[in-house]
Amino acid sequence: MDTMRERFGTVASELLDSDPNVAVVVAVIGAGRFADSGALHRHSDRVIDVGIREQLMMGVASGMALEGMRPIVHSYAPFLIERAFEQIKLGLGHQDVGAVLVSIGGSYDSAASGRSHQCPGDVALLNTLPGWHIDVPGHPDEVEMLLRHAVACDGRHYVRLESLQNERPVATEPGVIEVVRRHPAPRAVVVAVGPLLDEVVAGVADLPVTVLYAATVRPFDGATLRRELAETPDVVLVEPYLEGTSAAAVSAVLRDTPHRIEALGVANVEHRHYGSAEEHRAAHGLDAAGVRTSVGAFLAGV
Amino acid sequence: MTTTTLGYEDLPRLMSLMTGDEKHSPAATSTLDVVWTLYDQILDVDPADPDHPDRDRFYLSKGHGPMAFYAVLAVKGFIGVEELPHWAGYESHLGWHPDRVLIPGVEIGSGSLGHGLGMAVGAALALDARGQEGARVVCLLGDGELDEGSNHEAIAFAARAGLDRLTAIVIDNQSARHGWPGGVHRRFAVEGWGTSTVNGRDHAALREALTTVKDGRPHAVVAVVERR
Repeated sequence: MDTMRERFGTVASELLDSDPNVAVVVAVIGAGRFADSGALHRHSDRVIDVGIREQLMMGVASGMALEGMRPIVHSYAPFLIERAFEQIKLGLGHQDVGAVLVSIGGSYDSAASGRSHQCPGDVALLNTLPGWHIDVPGHPDEVEMLLRHAVACDGRHYVRLESLQNERPVATEPGVIEVVRRHPAPRAVVVAVGPLLDEVVAGVADLPVTVLYAATVRPFDGATLRRELAETPDVVLVEPYLEGTSAAAVSAVLRDTPHRIEALGVANVEHRHYGSAEEHRAAHGLDAAGVRTSVGAFLAGV
Repeated sequence: MTTTTLGYEDLPRLMSLMTGDEKHSPAATSTLDVVWTLYDQILDVDPADPDHPDRDRFYLSKGHGPMAFYAVLAVKGFIGVEELPHWAGYESHLGWHPDRVLIPGVEIGSGSLGHGLGMAVGAALALDARGQEGARVVCLLGDGELDEGSNHEAIAFAARAGLDRLTAIVIDNQSARHGWPGGVHRRFAVEGWGTSTVNGRDHAALREALTTVKDGRPHAVVAVVERR
């Protein structure tokens, strides 16, 4: 099985081949992927490496979009989303043009690199801007489906890729929350996001909860959540980025119903440890054992 | 809307419609003569077809103080003179910074400094990728705006990429906090741009400097005006 970032390179290279309107803009990081695929050689006028210049990377994407092209902008998450955030706000949103931003690194992929390479706040940041579609796939097949869809659209899309992934794909269409496990008498609905699904399923195996899966978090599929909540309007969110990022979206779905929410995610702390992504996932309570503990406590009302 | 009865001499009056000042000398707005020369003699743009694919693109990166820009757009028929007195009002399309979504013929929304040149580089790359003939991309900045590091990312890259449809105009009213020792043009020249420095009030000199030939490199025109 390939990784999600490998699938991204494969699919983006195919899209460059099939659509003369597609461009890829990078700032060194990720350029090798397109050199290896041959896309850089075949489409040197549309695979643009601006050097280590992230403000320019986003500015170039804006200018290409203003000319009607469909830029895919790619880098490590903090350099893609945080470093030139005003360029995202003004160069894309304010100009009323679109692009597809594809990040790697997530919240803690390169845990040993330290804080500079960790980006748990990316989804929350983009959530402050209007009109963004945000995909958090958990499997390479989902990456392919969501990326092809995002590039075929003309709006502002963010596709967040991590190194950790699920065993099997679940999402079959963009934007729709899937039912993974429907409990006959659920006491809560657990919404697992992207690469955390396998941990969540393992963690709540013996708990009376329904498990849903979201590979797209903006727009948030409130209709499916609402339908599955039925008579148990208690929700546990499990997100692989900043805790609480989608809590307001869930509250909006349930604004007319008394409900409880437990929003699990990456804690908003400066976590000064190195090690591996798996270790950081566990440190934030997002592995199976951590999810089991948190959901158990939520059901117990503590 | 008429394009035949208004001219350069009307610009001060049109600007007064926005500012309320009795008299408005051209010197009060650093960009006035450059923007006028562009729209009067350089840019291939048509108010009747402001989105034509072959048009020249004018990116006003230095978006603050847009009265001269709006006045020129009114003279050239992109916006109605009757819109000017309402500028910056709630229902007006004319804000303190231009918005491309609200004004036909305005290529970018600007306001925050240091965004336009990088976007202009992207537009030039897209036009090159399309093999579009003509279609210059002209970006107007200020010498104070050059303080923003984003410009220097764009300056370095644009020349390496050989973007010869790109022209940067820097209005130099010596407002950069720490100055540009040796001149603004050196920041471009060292990266491989063609450069010229002219009097920013001299229409003939501006016309000559802005009438560039494509020679494989972008061009920077430093338009020097009165000290701010």
